[in-house]
Amino acid sequence: MFAYAIRRIVATIPVMAVVALFVFSLLYISPGDPAAVIAGDQATPQDVERIRASLGLDRPYLVRFGEWVWNIVRGDLGTSIFTNLPVSTMIAQRIEPTLSLMVITLFLAIGIAVPMGVVAAWKQGTWIDRAVMGFAVLGFSVPVFVVGYLLAYVFALELDWLPVQGYTPFSRGMWPWFQNLILPAVALGGVYIALIARITRATMLEVLQQDYIRTARAKGVGQSGILFLHALKNAAVPIVTVVGIGVALLIGGAVVTESVFAIPGLGRLTVDAILRRDYPVIQGVILLFSFVYVLVNLLIDLLYTLFDPRIRY
Amino acid sequence: MAETPLLDVRNLQTHFRTPDGINRAVDGLSFHVNAGETVAIVGESGCGKSVTSMSILRLIPEPPGKIAGEIVFNGRDLLKLSDKEMRAIRGNDVSMIFQEPMTSLNPVLTVGRQIGETLRLHQGLNAQQAEAKAVEMLKLVGIPAPERRVKEYPHQLSGGMRQRVMIAMALACNPKLLIADEPTTALDVTIQAQILDLMRDLKHRVGAAIVLITHDLGVVAEVAERVIVMYAGRKVEEAPVKELFNDPKHPYTQGLLGAVPKLGSSLDGSTERLAEIPGLVPSLKQRIDGCVFAGRCPKVTDLCRAVAPALEPKAPNHVAACHYAEKELLAA
Amino acid sequence: MSTTTLQPGRLGPGDVAAAAPLPDIMPPVKARKGFIGFLRRNPTIAIGGGLMLLIIAIAIFAPLLWTTDPTALAPARRTREPSAMYWFGTDMLGRDVYSRVLYGARVSLTVGFSVAFFSSLIGLTIGLTSGFIRWADAIVMRIMDGLMSIPSILLAIALMALTRGSVGNVILAITIAEVPRVSRLVRGVVLSLREQPYVDAAVASGTTTPRIIFRHILPNTLAPLTVQATYICASAMIAESILSFIGAGTPPIIPSWGNIMAEGRALWQVKPYIVFFPAIFLSLTVLAVNLLGDGLRDALDPRMAKRV
Repeated sequence: MFAYAIRRIVATIPVMAVVALFVFSLLYISPGDPAAVIAGDQATPQDVERIRASLGLDRPYLVRFGEWVWNIVRGDLGTSIFTNLPVSTMIAQRIEPTLSLMVITLFLAIGIAVPMGVVAAWKQGTWIDRAVMGFAVLGFSVPVFVVGYLLAYVFALELDWLPVQGYTPFSRGMWPWFQNLILPAVALGGVYIALIARITRATMLEVLQQDYIRTARAKGVGQSGILFLHALKNAAVPIVTVVGIGVALLIGGAVVTESVFAIPGLGRLTVDAILRRDYPVIQGVILLFSFVYVLVNLLIDLLYTLFDPRIRY
Repeated sequence: MAETPLLDVRNLQTHFRTPDGINRAVDGLSFHVNAGETVAIVGESGCGKSVTSMSILRLIPEPPGKIAGEIVFNGRDLLKLSDKEMRAIRGNDVSMIFQEPMTSLNPVLTVGRQIGETLRLHQGLNAQQAEAKAVEMLKLVGIPAPERRVKEYPHQLSGGMRQRVMIAMALACNPKLLIADEPTTALDVTIQAQILDLMRDLKHRVGAAIVLITHDLGVVAEVAERVIVMYAGRKVEEAPVKELFNDPKHPYTQGLLGAVPKLGSSLDGSTERLAEIPGLVPSLKQRIDGCVFAGRCPKVTDLCRAVAPALEPKAPNHVAACHYAEKELLAA
Repeated sequence: MSTTTLQPGRLGPGDVAAAAPLPDIMPPVKARKGFIGFLRRNPTIAIGGGLMLLIIAIAIFAPLLWTTDPTALAPARRTREPSAMYWFGTDMLGRDVYSRVLYGARVSLTVGFSVAFFSSLIGLTIGLTSGFIRWADAIVMRIMDGLMSIPSILLAIALMALTRGSVGNVILAITIAEVPRVSRLVRGVVLSLREQPYVDAAVASGTTTPRIIFRHILPNTLAPLTVQATYICASAMIAESILSFIGAGTPPIIPSWGNIMAEGRALWQVKPYIVFFPAIFLSLTVLAVNLLGDGLRDALDPRMAKRV
């Protein structure tokens, strides 16, 4: 187990290296002078010169890449061109809302999607199954911001149950914090719920065909015991895998959701940075998100043994 | 027959809805099992044996399946019970052993938990009591080091051991009826013999009646008292085991027995399999007019194709469904 | 013991005991054939395909559908509510939302179809290459793993941040973000096909690699690839709208659904219809493509249907 964990961790190094190289190269694969690209349309020649110097463009590519990576490993993600603050500081300031949003969405989505998928598989072919599958297709089809606006319109503007926009830090109380995140979490959760519900249903359908389910029925185990003990535990590995893969959807969706609900998180930071062409910030955020994504999937890989005793490393 | 049978199946029909028609997997099957008796149901694959066994415990998914007729167990028609009443019977009064020991145990639950579950469901034992009883059951079915095995998962056991676990699970609540669906088919020959010995031994100790579903006539000769021969979802012949082997009446049974030389010679290392009968089991998705076996029968006549033969007594305790089977004059 | 044996041929139906006929316990199955039968058995293809045809027709015939110039500014009639004159109202610059939404179908469909086509083509090439050339496989797949660990919308955003907003660049950015997944899919199919006995036999009998690819491998990748391309088309349309919505997509002058919504954003609390109409069109279009994808998956590859 321990040896496997080490091997898996080592295996993520080339992946992260590719990510880092890509993120670093972003600036240089664009057509034209990177300093001019950063400086933007209204920059003076002096601005461009200053940026060129700060990028160290006179030195070889790989040397600059090496330095950049070394700095990142030490926690230095560079300095924002727009605010002149260290990127790591800006990320630290913005991480709480995004983390809160994603964690709430994660639990919400799993809590809703898994029972939905299980019931759909149990009631396969009935109107319940069709309703769940129909909801899942809708979840894939309606973009996050459309759901967001719809929810905000109905539950905040019309019914006035929840705040329209904004974010309250956790330190100012659990309820205000949570209240502000309900609508964004539901909006963001849509695709994720659809994804998890579909894989849960598909896996459960397959598991429910297995001989050991017939054995359990022959023993007199009730429907809920069949579904949630005998079947769901066997379906856990594919479901958990998709939960991990789906984190990419959460990250992508968070960028949009934060714009819709005016949440000052990393997603907003990304959008603002793009509009300002603040490359060090864009690089830092993409690197961070990708690292989190790789890390989550690594953890899930290591968790497999909890769900399936046959998996031994 | 003075005693009331433990299980009395009357006119059982189990049909399945498929995209290209209704599959009449079991059609009008009647048989009974007395307390403590071992009855074998034999026939080629696809003749409805397994569907019959699943129907008795109502394990047929509905839809696409549907069961009709009567299955009277201990005086109650199982088809009229609620799901809850049915669950109280499954694994408790009637339990089942399946063909594939490799896939019939849940891979993510320990052996002890799976045996204990039956006891917790039906006898209200708590987790510790159930585990203690599970150890006892493992010992009973001859698994060495039961205290250790009880905490292991199915993939850590061999095929023979898993089938022993299945038997332990099936017998945990002292059932009155055990349905064994091809219990030895998936096992090595030597393991087969061990499992059959175990079942015979336990039958004497527990006193359960057994419905043995098999296509292995060697196994039938070894353990059964009475034999029911099924073809295309129907019973074509029924007789005590010796009578059937010595004097098969139905051409299908005669065909099946073609390759089995004599009674009691099966488990000495060579398994006896069914003889090849030319032709295929007919599709059950169309109604069959006349005798179901007409398409493969060497003695077929126009009458067979027109009129389906009824099950008629051909000798004492011996019935067969064939117009041309020789009929002993029965004393009125 | 005396026995009677009935003699074949001397017996009529009246002489034998006939089995009692058995009742039917289920209503008979009705089988429908032909095109209508196919649509009834695959309702998702029927609904998705129907919707899709409708939207394609809207995109093609937009100029004929009582639209005006979707880019014509008219400051005098800004933010009008929907009326007989302006069916979907007007936006902040006085442009007719109805016309913009109908013309927007062209942008979304162009992006969706182009991304689906190009990413399938590139993914197919990369997947076939790495499935057949061992040394390339290791390198290519490490790169694909790396790219796949960047959430795809973020990858597209990052690429768009580099370039000027244009429809071509949007297509390029989303295509790059989708290629790794297609490559993986194709490579998986190739690797599993390579194990097949008939491919082995072809290799053993000296068939050239290109011939094996075109005769044996390519035809088998088409079914899963078609299904995947449909899903890519759907997610590309969503990605386009997200890019435009956050201001990193097509230039604001182009009437794409994402752009219309982005412009309606500031006013959405008071003039929700500006966001509402393009949102409905976008959702319905993506829904149509997704339904089509689900239907195709069920019809083309029943094994795949079991998975997701």
